Amino acid sequence: MNNAQIEIQIIASLVSIACAIPGTFLVLRKMAMISDAISHSILPGIVIGFFLTQDLNSPILILFAAFTGIITVVLVEYIQKTGLVKEDTAIGLVFPALFSIGVILIAKNANDVHLDVDAVLLGELAFAPFDRLLILGTDVGPKALWIIGVILFITITLLIAFFKELKVSTFDAGLAASLGFSPAIIHYGLMSFASVTTVGAFDAVGAILVVALMIAPAATAYLLTRDLKKMLALAIGFGVLSAISGYWFAHWLDASIAGSITTMLGLIFLFVYLFAPNKGVIAVLYREKQQRAEVSLLTFLLHLKNHTELEERHVNHLREHINWQRVRAKTVLELALKNNMIVVDKNIVSLTKKGDTFTSKAIDYIITNRDAQIEDMKDDFFLFRG
Amino acid sequence: MDITEYFQLVFTDYTLRTITLGTAILGAVTGMLGSFAVLRKQSLLGDAISHAALPGIAIAFLITGAKDTNTLLLGALVSGLIGTFWIRGIVKKTHLKSDTALGLILSLFFGFGMLLLTFIQKQPNANQAGLDKYLFGQAATLVESDVWMMAIVTGLCLFVLLLFWKEFKLLLFDADYTTTLGFNTKFIDILITSFIVLAIVLGLQTVGVVLMSAMLLAPAAAARQWTNSLATMVFLAAIFGAFSGVFGTAISASQTNLSTGPVIVLVASVFVFFSFVFSPSRGLLFKQIRFIKNRRDLELHKTLAFMHHIAETHDDISHPHAIILLNNFQGYTRSTLQKLVEKNYVEIKGSMWSLTKIGFETAANLYTKKSTDNE
Repeated sequence: MNNAQIEIQIIASLVSIACAIPGTFLVLRKMAMISDAISHSILPGIVIGFFLTQDLNSPILILFAAFTGIITVVLVEYIQKTGLVKEDTAIGLVFPALFSIGVILIAKNANDVHLDVDAVLLGELAFAPFDRLLILGTDVGPKALWIIGVILFITITLLIAFFKELKVSTFDAGLAASLGFSPAIIHYGLMSFASVTTVGAFDAVGAILVVALMIAPAATAYLLTRDLKKMLALAIGFGVLSAISGYWFAHWLDASIAGSITTMLGLIFLFVYLFAPNKGVIAVLYREKQQRAEVSLLTFLLHLKNHTELEERHVNHLREHINWQRVRAKTVLELALKNNMIVVDKNIVSLTKKGDTFTSKAIDYIITNRDAQIEDMKDDFFLFRG
Repeated sequence: MDITEYFQLVFTDYTLRTITLGTAILGAVTGMLGSFAVLRKQSLLGDAISHAALPGIAIAFLITGAKDTNTLLLGALVSGLIGTFWIRGIVKKTHLKSDTALGLILSLFFGFGMLLLTFIQKQPNANQAGLDKYLFGQAATLVESDVWMMAIVTGLCLFVLLLFWKEFKLLLFDADYTTTLGFNTKFIDILITSFIVLAIVLGLQTVGVVLMSAMLLAPAAAARQWTNSLATMVFLAAIFGAFSGVFGTAISASQTNLSTGPVIVLVASVFVFFSFVFSPSRGLLFKQIRFIKNRRDLELHKTLAFMHHIAETHDDISHPHAIILLNNFQGYTRSTLQKLVEKNYVEIKGSMWSLTKIGFETAANLYTKKSTDNE
């Protein structure tokens, strides 16, 4: 590993941390698409700023772009408030318009500026180490590293200082307002910060892929935990992990680093989406299957309880009567037998004592809907959990 | 080239005619289908799908090694559909909200697409140049066969739309009712979503991945302001879309260095802005005018009520009183007084006013809803 490679990895990791923190709050506040809108609509800000400064890394550029980001949010909210269209339509109307203006500005001045849309949208991390920051003639490291470092430092400071406010206003806006935290200030504060981070990161990973770094780690973490602090930590972890693995993947494939980091994020998300312990798709499908079996079991037990006649409780009759498929009937029968709910004697099914009390309790629960009735049953059955 | 020259050229120049026709058809079909997306609150789905189509284009190129438009668009269609159904899966099976799911799929697919594109660029294959035109679109690359393709898809779209009109409409406004009526909502839903994906994919070549969502939304959002009927809205959206395409092409052709996609989007945005402001029933301008008018009426009523209050204490209702008695707080202004005189409710002599008989009666019934005719 040479110096440049280490620097690229450090920059990528810092960018992913700086994005994961506001991203977590955006995901929790159901404003993930706003980050997409901002990342597109900062383009005219960047272009105008670039015309004025002629320097892609100038802080003035960041201010301009952040300002356009805030304009986007304000415009979206204004359109929404008129009630003419829904919120998502408002987002979808504002950012393409601003983005188009940016593209046209670039195209019209393509001859005399060194800025093309691809660079803004996609960024190029591989070149970041070559743009050095010189202070009094000494080389103190890549410019991108300093920019994102400063942004990250401010982000963490603000996060620690306003953690409580952010937390309360995210989960209970009404409570936050009644406690005296202005929802508007927190909202716009977060939005402007998301804009600043987006601009700071666009240089490295490109405007569109910033969205991936904001949303994907947070969404992945959200599938694993419901604790805000853990979620933040996990999001940062996923971000850094995909930044470093993405770099090496790109190195091996000789392709875009930003694209490869996003692909890593996608793979991590896919993995968690499928295999997360409680929220993952496989867990959800398994739970749904269990619940179906348990509902069937309950129906079956109720049927047995309601009928004392022998012919109503014959194995074959049950299949016809409740109208189940052979396989399903067999599963249910086995489930009941395994739990000692029933006994089968010469193809006649009857409830055991345990089955009888269980059924009464279940009916009781269904009628009264009180949790206390089934505390002891919870261990055996999914159905009554939560 | 200026605009008049352009319009002459449209009828003679092959390229310009193809492009204009192509963008017009594209605008019409996206406007039509966009109406459904907007009303179903899936506005941003278009954004997600168009980004999600990128890896499909790259993979189709990697497999076939050729730059045949239809193959690439087929790849885009497949990956767009995968993206769409994954979004549904995320929203249905996990507690992640739809905005997160959209943003996730959008950025992850796009990033993966970029990875593939840069990977392709490094390949020793001279054929790969120009794949990135799908990012921003290049209307100039439209050829006649592309336009035919668009026309066929639009025809198909129109046919399906008319065939399932009742079902689409029902599903749009009351999904539960549709289910209880016994319609296969899943099928209708998948049908309309697939057509939206198809329309988006068609537009990729012209306006590109990034701006495609606006083509879907803007005409529909503009059309929504002018009508409350679905059929009219779909029709209007198609017209707005087509005109955005034509005007956008015209403007970008008449200037140098103007890419067509962004100009079309800006023209569509102008349509939206115009509709937001000037629509008679919902527009901001007329809403403001109605608001001012209502406030004036209220002030008029207030003044009249106050006069009635004073006149009540006298035996003679037409007993004159000084104008100074009235003040702003009661909604009095010179113009409201003038209005009352015009309506014959009040008479003014010098600096004194007096209620007329009609005025007194109107004022007495002001809040009892008997006087329904006083505007």
